[in-house]
Amino acid sequence: MAKLLKTGLFAVLGMVLAMAAPALAQNEQFIPSLVYRTGPYAPNGIPFANGVADYLKLVNERDGGINGVKISTEECETGYATDRGVECYERLKGKGPTGASLFMPLSTGITYALMEKVPGDKIPLLNSGYGRSESGDGNVIPWSFPVLGTYWDAADIAMTYIAKEVGGWDKLKGKKVALVYHDSPYGKEPIPLLQALGKQHAFDVELLPVTHPGVEQKATWLQIRQNRPDYVLLWGWGVMNSTALKEAAAVAYPRDKMIGVWWAGNESDTVPAEDAAKGYKALALNPTGSNFPVHADIFKYLYDKNIGVTDRKDVGSVLYNRGVINALFAVEAVRTAQGKFGKKPLTGEQVRWGLENLDLPADALKKLGFEGLLRPTKVTCDDHTGGSQARVFQWDGKTWQFVSDWIQSDQKIVRPMIEAAAKKYAGEKNLPTNACKQS
Amino acid sequence: MIYREAGQFRTSYAADQALFPIRQDRLFVWAVIIFAFLFVPFLASEYLLRAILIPFVILAIAAIGLNILVGYCGQISLGSAAFMAVGAYASYDIAIHIPGLNLIVVFVLGGVCAAAAGVLFGLPSLRIKGYYLAVATLAAQFFFDWLFIRIPWFTNYAPSGSVSAPTLRIFGMRFDTPAGRYIFCLAILAVVALAAKNLVRGRFGRMWMAIRDMDIAAEIIGIRPLQAKLSAFALSSFVIGVSGALWAFVHLGSWEPLAFSIDRSFELLFMVVIGGIGSILGSFLGAAFITILPIFLNQLPGLLGIPLSTAMISHIEFMTFGALIVFFLIVEPHGLARLWAIARQKLRLWPFPH
Repeated sequence: MAKLLKTGLFAVLGMVLAMAAPALAQNEQFIPSLVYRTGPYAPNGIPFANGVADYLKLVNERDGGINGVKISTEECETGYATDRGVECYERLKGKGPTGASLFMPLSTGITYALMEKVPGDKIPLLNSGYGRSESGDGNVIPWSFPVLGTYWDAADIAMTYIAKEVGGWDKLKGKKVALVYHDSPYGKEPIPLLQALGKQHAFDVELLPVTHPGVEQKATWLQIRQNRPDYVLLWGWGVMNSTALKEAAAVAYPRDKMIGVWWAGNESDTVPAEDAAKGYKALALNPTGSNFPVHADIFKYLYDKNIGVTDRKDVGSVLYNRGVINALFAVEAVRTAQGKFGKKPLTGEQVRWGLENLDLPADALKKLGFEGLLRPTKVTCDDHTGGSQARVFQWDGKTWQFVSDWIQSDQKIVRPMIEAAAKKYAGEKNLPTNACKQS
Repeated sequence: MIYREAGQFRTSYAADQALFPIRQDRLFVWAVIIFAFLFVPFLASEYLLRAILIPFVILAIAAIGLNILVGYCGQISLGSAAFMAVGAYASYDIAIHIPGLNLIVVFVLGGVCAAAAGVLFGLPSLRIKGYYLAVATLAAQFFFDWLFIRIPWFTNYAPSGSVSAPTLRIFGMRFDTPAGRYIFCLAILAVVALAAKNLVRGRFGRMWMAIRDMDIAAEIIGIRPLQAKLSAFALSSFVIGVSGALWAFVHLGSWEPLAFSIDRSFELLFMVVIGGIGSILGSFLGAAFITILPIFLNQLPGLLGIPLSTAMISHIEFMTFGALIVFFLIVEPHGLARLWAIARQKLRLWPFPH
């Protein structure tokens, strides 16, 4: 009897699902979007999702799709929860005439879970600036693309900046660097690299975890008040960032000695912290602002016609721009793949080839309206990061101002670690380590 | 009319003590089992299997486990997710340190570890009861969260603290297809449900129920609370541990301690309360309610063709889900299983009610 209701429910569900499959246009490229517009991480999830949605819409409105193939998209709310993310992935992966082109989970936890599933389904993951650092090595992990850089690149860039500020790597000797991190795979990713750097340059790394969702940090900042580290690296997400800034102000820790990762440097992190955020620095993969050529198009084709996803004033925040950049990667990957496979809707496997051969030199970016918004990026099969550079910017109370030039992460340190970790991963999972040489 | 037991005579003790004494029930259960095993894997789409049926089946196992403790023995526990985590991490460690070990053995050993943890954290139940015990079992939740995050040995020194399960292989067969995974979980669910159903009718079940109803009276008639309570904790945690291992290995594939957060503990407790305290059927209904309903509600506006923003759909999902919980608890405080029992009584008299 237990199963009566169960099967009854499934029968109903199955019927509803079957009825729901709408007639699909055949000439469409489906790009799904895993978003979180609710929950403790929504302040950061919303602008990113808006950026992705706006840019995909812009490509349809302005260019009529990618070489005539319209983009269709659908959002699925994950709430940053891994199990819901997996459900969304299963829900969306088969939609559209050729299935999902790629997934952008915007969550390290969901990226980890999906990495187990995408090789079987042959759908690539675009985890730009997050996810498993090992996935920088395409030889072992061909399906995951941390374009723009991994967390290890981020940690290295942050330390390079600090070294420059104190006057050279040798001056770091004996200094104390505290890592205040979100206690999840996301926050823990940079630890191995920081420890390796700490050993090499003889500085102390102090690890201070903050439990999910990060609104309770009193104890962490009392420790900081006691130990007075020379620098604090903030590896937070969502409400954790603004809370950290307020707590730092409460213990009078100088904000300009705090450097956030590129996920902890958005307007939604600093504005709620008000004056406490002034002077805070963060890594930047892209600038803030809505005065780039692509924004002019977004305003012209979407917001002037009132079909934009959000409010006009929300266009151009750091994470909105990053969403636009992510959507650009997705669209250009499809375009690249179309060059090889023809101007028709492509499968995930074909889009993967497009990501692997994604090449956006300066003149191409200029043509696309991304000049100044994005560095030239070139992905290869070996190196999925496509150039790992970031700048540091500082919150002046109103906006983010750049305080450094582009800093390149030291590949002599990061790359061997990525390759070693990838090798270990391959060993655990029994994977080949030469995916690039085969194809 | 159809559901009439007139003319069905029980002529032996065995017939009288059958799990389902009424023929219609028996036939029906068999039909459902056959349908679930033989037809569903072929009929259901990959989405239905991987995103809905497998999580449902695994959480139904966990709900049965928790129902043994909460429903039959009356010991409220808020540490179920911790025992799931113990099952998952113990299985992971066993599987990577003893490669080639049969996966079923791995899961059983994982369950045994969870049972040990359950007994340990069940000890306070000998002294404290009710709400106080619930708070004491919270300790398990926080302790194991801490353990698996802080002690790198448990996660095989994974730098990020996230581990991924080895390939599923049993007797040389790979369980990689959604249908294969579903059947594997379903088989375990069937065994667990059958065992639990029998157990609660036997000596142990009676012991637990006596303790639940009045522990002093139970003690006077010769039931040892130590044995009764700890056996309930051990068995319940064993089943929950196995379900945790399945959740990690079969459903997620790669997980972090957040997958077994306190939210999961609450979710399991709600399954038991909403499904029906002290009812195996209730565990199924509760698991279906908690796992499937939110996903269904989330898709409903899209299915009906109502254009809503993603955030709005999500808010509506939470509100409707909450309202439904309140509604069902008001309409029938004894859970969905009780609703079904009432329907069944009515059905027996249909079409000539008194």
